[in-house]
Amino acid sequence: MKNELIHLNHISKSYNGKVVLDDLDLIIHENEFVTILGPSGCGKTTTLRILAGFETPDIGSVIFSGKDITNLPPNKRQLNTVFQNYALFTHMNVAENIAFGLKIKKQSRSYIEDKIQYALKLVGLEGFEKRSVNNLSGGQQQRVAIARAIVNEPRVLLLDEPLGALDLKLRQDMQYELIRMKNELSITFIYVTHDQQEALTMSDTIVVMNQGYIQQMGTPEEIYNEPENAFVADFIGDSNLFPGIFVRDEMITIDGVPFACVDTGFGTNKPVDIVIRPEDVDLVPCGQGTVSGVVTDLIFKGVHYEMCVDVNGREWVSQSTMPCAVGEEVDISVHPFNIQVMNKPESEDEEAVKTDD
Amino acid sequence: MTKTRRISGFLGLPFVFWAAAFIIIPLLMVVWYGLTDENGALTFANIAAIAQPAHAKALLLALLLSLLATAVCFLLAYPLCMFLVEAQKTSNSFLTMLLIVPMWMNFLLRTYAWQSILEKTGIINTFLTAIGLQPLRLINTNGAIVLGMVYNFLPFMVLPIYNVLEDIDKNVINAARDLGANGRQTFLKVIFPLSLPGVISGITMVFIPALTTFVVSSLLGGGKILLIGNVIEQEFMVAYDWNLGSGLSLVLLLFIIINVVVSVISERGEEELRRRKSDAEA
Ligand SMILES: Nc1ncnc2c1ncn2[C@@H]1O[C@H](COP(=O)(O)OP(=O)(O)OP(=O)(O)O)[C@@H](O)[C@H]1O
Ligand SMILES: [Mg+2]
Repeated sequence: MKNELIHLNHISKSYNGKVVLDDLDLIIHENEFVTILGPSGCGKTTTLRILAGFETPDIGSVIFSGKDITNLPPNKRQLNTVFQNYALFTHMNVAENIAFGLKIKKQSRSYIEDKIQYALKLVGLEGFEKRSVNNLSGGQQQRVAIARAIVNEPRVLLLDEPLGALDLKLRQDMQYELIRMKNELSITFIYVTHDQQEALTMSDTIVVMNQGYIQQMGTPEEIYNEPENAFVADFIGDSNLFPGIFVRDEMITIDGVPFACVDTGFGTNKPVDIVIRPEDVDLVPCGQGTVSGVVTDLIFKGVHYEMCVDVNGREWVSQSTMPCAVGEEVDISVHPFNIQVMNKPESEDEEAVKTDD
Repeated sequence: MTKTRRISGFLGLPFVFWAAAFIIIPLLMVVWYGLTDENGALTFANIAAIAQPAHAKALLLALLLSLLATAVCFLLAYPLCMFLVEAQKTSNSFLTMLLIVPMWMNFLLRTYAWQSILEKTGIINTFLTAIGLQPLRLINTNGAIVLGMVYNFLPFMVLPIYNVLEDIDKNVINAARDLGANGRQTFLKVIFPLSLPGVISGITMVFIPALTTFVVSSLLGGGKILLIGNVIEQEFMVAYDWNLGSGLSLVLLLFIIINVVVSVISERGEEELRRRKSDAEA
């Protein structure tokens, strides 16, 4: 395993009695790309602020390279931040913004000039040196903010939704650039986003947060294929999320219909949550599947079609490259491996982590 | 569209009347009296009268004292505003009120109050003699006038500076710290430059009333120290020489206009300069 670089050691933080982070424990390794993913207000920015040193935790400590930096001021920390609202210096032009950190570090003029050119090229803003940051578009400001942080070659880069204001094409380009930069400069990235697609494509590790708790942490594959609870399943990707009964090992029922699965150890006849990804719901001719239904909706999504199937009043969503006509009777078949069983939330505390959307 | 414009035009009408009655007409009268003699003939003598030693001295003293008062106001107001903004952030708005509200107390009242504090038999001297010290000559000095100016016009410095400081995004300050700047560097390179517009309007708003005052100087200067404002007041109210009074007023007006122009230019200057630079670049 890689070296441990940062340890957020059991951190809690409240504002005016409202708990924003609750016993958050997170280890980040050197040169890792960690994405913090979660709905608005779940405490992502607060986590970054504690890492950067703008905020001190009520309980817990921040360990960096084995040293406790909980009370170290931000200017003494070896990390730089790309702020959610850009936070550019409006009294300086683009080049002066980018040069700010380097001037503080008293770098030579030619070094600074090279770095400015390098950074502008990186973010695709060549020729913008003398522009005032006030007349830039949101996306351009965002890229100046990235350039301003990256020129300092920090050990860790904190990025708070750094691509939020960019259009899809530019966002994808910037995603590649950021990853390339990370590998080139061996910087550890801690990346905050709302966008699950972005999280899945860019990260080594994804941390799914909700209401100040870490819901699940793992590789993109783990998070996507084996969500640990209904919140994660619902938040990552489209999914069919059903209440079910864990009859016994390797056997569940959904609305009374038995399905074979591969999970074990959830007890017997226990209520559970079931997740089935739409691409794992196979529509087969009548008589060949586990349960039958009627196609109620057909949407073309580009690479695939999405079909809604009514099964005794419950809607199943299926994605396939082969369309089925609306009104057609079909059977549904799911490979046991693709049925993901999760414990239902038990305590009220756990209930709190469930969201409605 | 045109309808709303017509309505908003109506809304501006009361101010237009007000401005005509109380700003434009008096100003035209001052210009008229200032440029004529008692017979109504055109002359520049009233304006040239500023060169008379007594008048020139009063003008120079007024400039000196008001610049001094402006500087002191700035030095007091800036740290105060930094403190207030910080206190306000930690939701201590009561403290802000406590410090700000007394500043808006009636101008005359407060000047009278200072008079009784500084008098020969005033509070300070009573105290000094009570503990066995020599009484000091406090009232009727230049210092007393500067003190009165500072005390009266400080709110005009505090308010604009407070507003710009409050408007600075906390994350912009955080960004400076994040990029390695210590507290002093953050102040010099980010906070102060961003607050300059407020500082400039604060300077204007203190300097102009201080330069033109005659109330502060007559109450705390005891009629012995004459500023240009006192000279003009006496021409109007004592000598009834409206022509001379108006002529000197026009000279004073020139200084006010210079001040305003300088402040507007310096406020816009930086941005303009940058735009021109980027135009030249393109
Ligand atoms: N300085 C503060 N004072 C009071 N409450 C705060 C403060 N900062 C954050 N909060 C609250 O803490 C919670 C978490 O805020 P945070 O900014 O960390 O959310 P986030 O996950 O970054 O959300 P978003 O995705 O919308 O940016 C929110 O409910 C917010 O209102
Ligand atoms: Mg946020």
